[in-house]
Amino acid sequence: MARSETGGLVSAVAVFVFFAITAGGKGFLSQTGTSDWINTSSQLGIVALPVGLLMIAGEFDLSVGAVVGATSIIVAMCHGYYSLSPWVGITIAIVVGAGIGLLNGVITVSTRLPSFVVTLAMMLMVDGASIGVANALTGASSISAIPTGSSRVIFASSWDSFDVSIIWWAALAVLGTYLLEKTQFGNWVSATGGSARAARLAGVPTSRVKIVLFVASSLGAVLVGIIETLSFSNGNVTLGADYVFTAIAAAVIGGVLLSGGYGSMLGTVFGSFTYGIASMGVFFLGWDADLTDLFVGLFLLLAVLANNLLRRMAVGRDAGVPS
Amino acid sequence: MELRSVSKHYAGVTAVDNVSLKLFAGEIMCLLGENGAGKSTLIKVLTGVEPPTAGQVVVGGQPVHFGSARDARRLGISTVYQEVGTLPLMSVGRNFVLGQEPKKGRWLARRLDLVEANRVAVHEMQELGIRRVVDGNQMVGTLSGGERQALAIARAVHFGARVLVLDEPTAALGVRESGLVLQLLMRVRQKNVAVLLITHNAYHAVAVGDRFVVMRRGQVIAEFSKGTETLPAVIRLMAGGDELSELAGLTGEGQWQVS
Repeated sequence: MARSETGGLVSAVAVFVFFAITAGGKGFLSQTGTSDWINTSSQLGIVALPVGLLMIAGEFDLSVGAVVGATSIIVAMCHGYYSLSPWVGITIAIVVGAGIGLLNGVITVSTRLPSFVVTLAMMLMVDGASIGVANALTGASSISAIPTGSSRVIFASSWDSFDVSIIWWAALAVLGTYLLEKTQFGNWVSATGGSARAARLAGVPTSRVKIVLFVASSLGAVLVGIIETLSFSNGNVTLGADYVFTAIAAAVIGGVLLSGGYGSMLGTVFGSFTYGIASMGVFFLGWDADLTDLFVGLFLLLAVLANNLLRRMAVGRDAGVPS
Repeated sequence: MELRSVSKHYAGVTAVDNVSLKLFAGEIMCLLGENGAGKSTLIKVLTGVEPPTAGQVVVGGQPVHFGSARDARRLGISTVYQEVGTLPLMSVGRNFVLGQEPKKGRWLARRLDLVEANRVAVHEMQELGIRRVVDGNQMVGTLSGGERQALAIARAVHFGARVLVLDEPTAALGVRESGLVLQLLMRVRQKNVAVLLITHNAYHAVAVGDRFVVMRRGQVIAEFSKGTETLPAVIRLMAGGDELSELAGLTGEGQWQVS
């Protein structure tokens, strides 16, 4: 049977081979080049894993980018501007992030509006609030914050240019896979996305499943916000803008169905690699960074087509899911 | 299980009017009627989805008030809906145990027992005569419509259904697939489950039913046991559907024509 992550693996290998040939002589295959694309992949990957889980449960989260930015400015403001312990900002960011996720979830399940719209509105509100608060309190939307002590070790250390975010990513991928494949909750996630009505009839608390995943998706964004802010020693409201669609793209390239109900964490890992390799490959080639999106877009399109094909092979003639 | 003089009104419309109904273990009761006869509303009352406006729902001699479908399920009343209930992109085993997953291990390592899920699913489906399904890892999307109904029915029976309510289980199926589901219902009957089969297909009802109730415009217009009415008579009673128009044309009984 065709596994859902096959497409993600194929696309990651394809972009890697392409850039190994074209940019191999320009540093892409060097240690720096390698750590660069793995680091980039890991940061996106941490956001994409819970976003992927949420998509398997049939919902979107477009507010992750705004949460990365909000986290960044909260952490930098507390530490860099008010000179508090980094852990104060980190704690506030986690609480705020969890609150945003909770709101996303509660609004989505109680109003039955598409989460696409709910989280889009949330993205705008969080973006606006972050800039507004940061400007009002500090007069700037970009604040430097040099990490110290334990927070530096946990979120900003690196070995030979390989960042600690890789470890976070790997740990979350293992945790996510275990959750999705081996637990009751995972079964509920797939069922909720496959058909919320069928899942409810079987006794699955679909609203609770969705709310938990919205919170998880926000917390993934918080983690990346903390990691990036402390690694760059700078907090910026616009930090996460790229993640709005790349996280969804990574999940889809990795075989997660846009309609929900099917997908894997390993596939999402490959999807994130595809993005990381493409963006660093373009960089090493010396091309304009915007061309990254050309590649990611191309693979996204191919992935959606391949997903449809694989799914049809896997489930036979009709994969029509009544909802 | 029993309904006593149950009525249900919706904003001035009487959907079910003073209906009494008894279900017995090991019997297939067929609820017949055309669309709009009040069958769906009656199921909703029976399975706890909606409370009756008047009358009583009685289970095992005790009057009960269902707050939700979950309350009804706790008392062993399960409903299998046409086309809803199975997830095509999940495996047979995972579908089977959904909501009642077997687990193994302790604490943080407490996890889904997929081996057990697959074993139970395949065993229960084989038991009901579905021989083609031998691997619990098979995707439900690859099953036929009849096999999917079988999965939903097997699941309900396995998890303790004493009353099984089937809403038009054969409506979307072909002849062979319908036969599969009907055979399966007879096996379910042998397990001493009370089956309520809701259908507008008189042929299917007569093939497996022990007792029959015909509804029209919210009322029970006929009630009879197996062998006491002929198929054409049953169809005439239902007073609806294409079969009737043909029949009316053939027999010249103009008063049965669908208006």
